[in-house]
Amino acid sequence: MKARQLRNHLAGYAFISPFVIGFLAFTLIPICASLVLSFTDYDLFSPPRWVGLDNFRKLFFQDNKYWKSVRVTLTYVLFAVPLRLVFALLVAMVLNVQVRGVGVYRTLIYLPSIIGGSVAVAIMWRNLFGDQGIINLGLIFLGFDPVRWFGNPTAALWMLILLAVWQFGSSMLIFLAGLKNIPVTYYEAASVDGAGPLRRFFRITLPLLSPVILFNLIMQTISAFITFIPAYIITKGEGGPLDGTLLYSLYLFRQGFVYYHMGEASAMAWILLVVVALLTALLFATSRFWVYYESKGGA
Amino acid sequence: MPGKTLRKSLIYHSCVAVFTVLMLYPVIWLLMSSFKPSNLIFVTADSLVPEPWIWDNYTIGWQGIGGYTFGTFIQNTFVIVALATVGAVLSSAFIAFGFARMQFFGRNFWFAIMMGTLMLPYEVVMVPQYILFSKLGWVNTILPIVVPAWFGQAFFIFLIMQFIRTIPAELDEAAIIDGCGRFRLFTRIILPLTAPALATATIFSFYWRWEDLLGPLLYLNRPKQYTVSLALKMFLDNETISNWGAMFAMSVASLVPVLVLFFLAQKYIVEGISTSGLKA
Repeated sequence: MKARQLRNHLAGYAFISPFVIGFLAFTLIPICASLVLSFTDYDLFSPPRWVGLDNFRKLFFQDNKYWKSVRVTLTYVLFAVPLRLVFALLVAMVLNVQVRGVGVYRTLIYLPSIIGGSVAVAIMWRNLFGDQGIINLGLIFLGFDPVRWFGNPTAALWMLILLAVWQFGSSMLIFLAGLKNIPVTYYEAASVDGAGPLRRFFRITLPLLSPVILFNLIMQTISAFITFIPAYIITKGEGGPLDGTLLYSLYLFRQGFVYYHMGEASAMAWILLVVVALLTALLFATSRFWVYYESKGGA
Repeated sequence: MPGKTLRKSLIYHSCVAVFTVLMLYPVIWLLMSSFKPSNLIFVTADSLVPEPWIWDNYTIGWQGIGGYTFGTFIQNTFVIVALATVGAVLSSAFIAFGFARMQFFGRNFWFAIMMGTLMLPYEVVMVPQYILFSKLGWVNTILPIVVPAWFGQAFFIFLIMQFIRTIPAELDEAAIIDGCGRFRLFTRIILPLTAPALATATIFSFYWRWEDLLGPLLYLNRPKQYTVSLALKMFLDNETISNWGAMFAMSVASLVPVLVLFFLAQKYIVEGISTSGLKA
């Protein structure tokens, strides 16, 4: 009996061994190495030199660019994530009907999410917002002044936020699947009791969808924190104008692979790791106040 | 009554259709602009119809950079995508089987770790991984991009696990009683049954690898090795007034495989997102 049990344990480990090995080699050891490196001065060519907390001191107290990139990233996350989720939910509700052809809309509206992370789309976006681009033509047509999207740090950041919002498709699909799980009878019963559409939305849709909202919120927040390609391509790797689009991961990349400040880049990576972990924990912690889990009885 | 429903449906369809066209307008604009002469792209930005309609942008763009054509870049990308995708999907299925069907000491611990890596930003390991791979002499090879894929990818492991859980466990027991070993149980019974989940994972892996820029940007420095994304980025760096058309044309070309796969496989994509996101 003992031998068989042992064999079961061993078989389990045999199957997950690729993950365990990969995790140790490409994740855990690198993360630990990164922590050590964050206390050193290292340019990849000469051996690392121990400098204690110097990198963190430099980042926190001497590096204006660092705080600028933190502010830019927080602004980006604070606007891009909620806007994207609100759009995703609105469109999902509009598309959650039994109508012929709705599948086609769903597919086509999802399409920007599939191509949105590519260099090609970043190039496209860059040109849509050019001085004579189609966005400015539209603004003029509607009677507004054209915006110099590349001349103004705030406008440039909004260009990136809008690109993120445009790709609400995958959140929308997740919301759609969640909406389909809400029994129609709930709405019927509420209607019979005289609840209007707004009340039905706040009393039925939102609470029953809250686990899905939490999932989307966490995944989208993390992915917003590490947005790289759009900022890198649209501003040609500089994060300009006036560092207005210097997202955190772009600055991290520049620290590491443009200036070869591997120590500071590692420190930045660790701060990012801690912040993302704390934020995820915080979202989970608050979730018990607003996420509603139906008891798993019935079914 | 039928008249009223018809009117409602007409209003619904026209509103949603207009919204859909607005969503796709940028892509259509990119496509149509790629057939316009470069000097007219922004002069006639308000019109979708190229006048005259030309193909030169494609022939010029195809010539590529550094003496290598886009044919080379597409080939390079396909090699990386294929090697990384096969590795990621097969290894993830193998690992998923272990998590879903094996009882072993520490399973919950490793499962939690696996879910943790799902949320781990790549930026955190980017610098130390680069140092590791450069010490191994792997810079300027595709190894740093391809090899880690063969050790499973958390998102796919989770996706395939969810699918394996829907397969009745009696099947395993019957196979074991019939004298089938665990490895054969996996390859002969479970693996074929998880085909839909494997298809979803393959498609997503294709997208991520095809569009990936950071990996090639860090590890591939010779024009001979460029992937499509990296070549487009280099194109942009050399951007002059005269070659917008070519850049647009190659941007469109880079999206073609993605779009073709999307329309062929949209069923798997939609289901993949809905289930992996939800039935957690």
